[in-house]
Amino acid sequence: MRYAMAIDTKKCVGCSDCVVACQTENNVPIGYCRDWIVEITEGVYPELRLENRSERCNHCESSPCVRCCPTGASHYAEGGVVLVTPEKCIGCGACITSCPYDARYPHPDGYVDKCTFCLHRVKDGLKPACVSVCPTKCMYFGDLDVPNSEISKILKIRKYKTLIPEAGTKPQLYFLE
Amino acid sequence: MKEEIFSSGRMNPMIDPTLHIWHWHIPVYLFLGGLAAGILFFAALYHILGKENEYKTAVKIAPFLVPFILVIGLGALFLDLSHKIYFWRLYTTIRLESPMSWGAWILMFITPLSIIWCAFNIRELFPKWDWKFKVVIRLEEFLRSYKTLLAWFMLVAAVILGVYTGILFSAFNARPLWNTSILGPLFLASGLSAGAAVIFLMSRSHKEKLLFAKIDLIVIGVELFLIVHLFMGLLASTQVQIDAAMLFLGGPYTASFWIFVVILGMLIPAILEILELRGAKIPGFIPAFLVLLGSLMFRFIFTYAGQFSSWTY
Ligand code: SF4
Ligand code: SF4
Repeated sequence: MRYAMAIDTKKCVGCSDCVVACQTENNVPIGYCRDWIVEITEGVYPELRLENRSERCNHCESSPCVRCCPTGASHYAEGGVVLVTPEKCIGCGACITSCPYDARYPHPDGYVDKCTFCLHRVKDGLKPACVSVCPTKCMYFGDLDVPNSEISKILKIRKYKTLIPEAGTKPQLYFLE
Repeated sequence: MKEEIFSSGRMNPMIDPTLHIWHWHIPVYLFLGGLAAGILFFAALYHILGKENEYKTAVKIAPFLVPFILVIGLGALFLDLSHKIYFWRLYTTIRLESPMSWGAWILMFITPLSIIWCAFNIRELFPKWDWKFKVVIRLEEFLRSYKTLLAWFMLVAAVILGVYTGILFSAFNARPLWNTSILGPLFLASGLSAGAAVIFLMSRSHKEKLLFAKIDLIVIGVELFLIVHLFMGLLASTQVQIDAAMLFLGGPYTASFWIFVVILGMLIPAILEILELRGAKIPGFIPAFLVLLGSLMFRFIFTYAGQFSSWTY
């Protein structure tokens, strides 16, 4: 099983609904976020190119955060989802420093927190909160090991990129172009 | 024109706008770790070479500082943890891939070793010292019969600790400035020169002072050599590492790095030591103090600048 997410940058309008949905679903403390929208504008008016990317933890297959954690609090859960066990986390910050995407943050309660791919929902057969709330339906979530899952199919027919693959982390967030 | 913004807003404390998760604790912890490694290294070395009476401060006196240095260092690390009640988790796991885990365990090994070493020499400080309990006396006698073996362990552990203070950084590929294994030997050298400076400050014997002034001079030479290689390596690497080198070559950390680390921490003490070795009258504490300051600043600047350096995408 290999959970992954694909985000259609052609469809995303940058409305930030996914950000709010995540904050609500996961009780993210005020002033923090587990996902965010990057808006890149290139060119000179009227010839502009715009890309909206809804970003979060990439649930890297070779994740430096898991490697650097001294206690095993950061670990791989089902489907390669990278999770933090708060009762094991000492708050040393090694994982935060080791993430090239700055996807983690220190929770005010002391432990380190980040996107969980909403594994608690996924286990119940639901989609992650961000995916289910998206008004343009631009996000796909599923198991890459199942050849005819929605995500496997979309990655077969669309061109995509991952973020800084040269960092060697094997990120599992695919941006459709 | 290219413009990138977080259109959803993003201001995670200590992460945005630039990473600042490690504050003063980590550089202090690493500086003290390196300093302890330096002192223990020379103590073990000159014991193994059979020079314990010739270089008494190095072998017998200076190591008394080490347990205190290590405890303060560990205290700084502890203060850095944001989920403190779980800190014992460090010692219920051994994770060979994690430098933090290495550090915790090597300290667990070297702290008792340094205390045993002090116990061997306690009569140097308190001539009338009596262990009182038979068990302790026997234990001390037993350990004393393995003193040279322990010295070898201490030598190796000191090198690992010294290298670790650099490897903790270089294991993070997310921070291009740190991601070079030359930091291992470089911080080991910085720790050795700090250790030599402390021994120099404490020593009363002219011969010993002379030796440690010479050692400091050689180690400073090695450090400068490694710094040149650090920049050569970064500048010959990928764009993100070139950007990282630029932090010190025109970027925001240029002045502090070259002034505090290279000029005040290495070049001036080296010049003063050369003059001293040639017979000029220079108060010895000045170069030694500058070396210690330089070593501390080195770690501060590297901790801060490294968090500033990142991949761009
Ligand atoms: S994006 Fe960062 S936090 Fe997420 S798995 Fe990769 S390295 Fe770890
Ligand atoms: S902060 Fe917590 S999860 Fe991160 S490396 Fe340290 S112990 Fe592991």
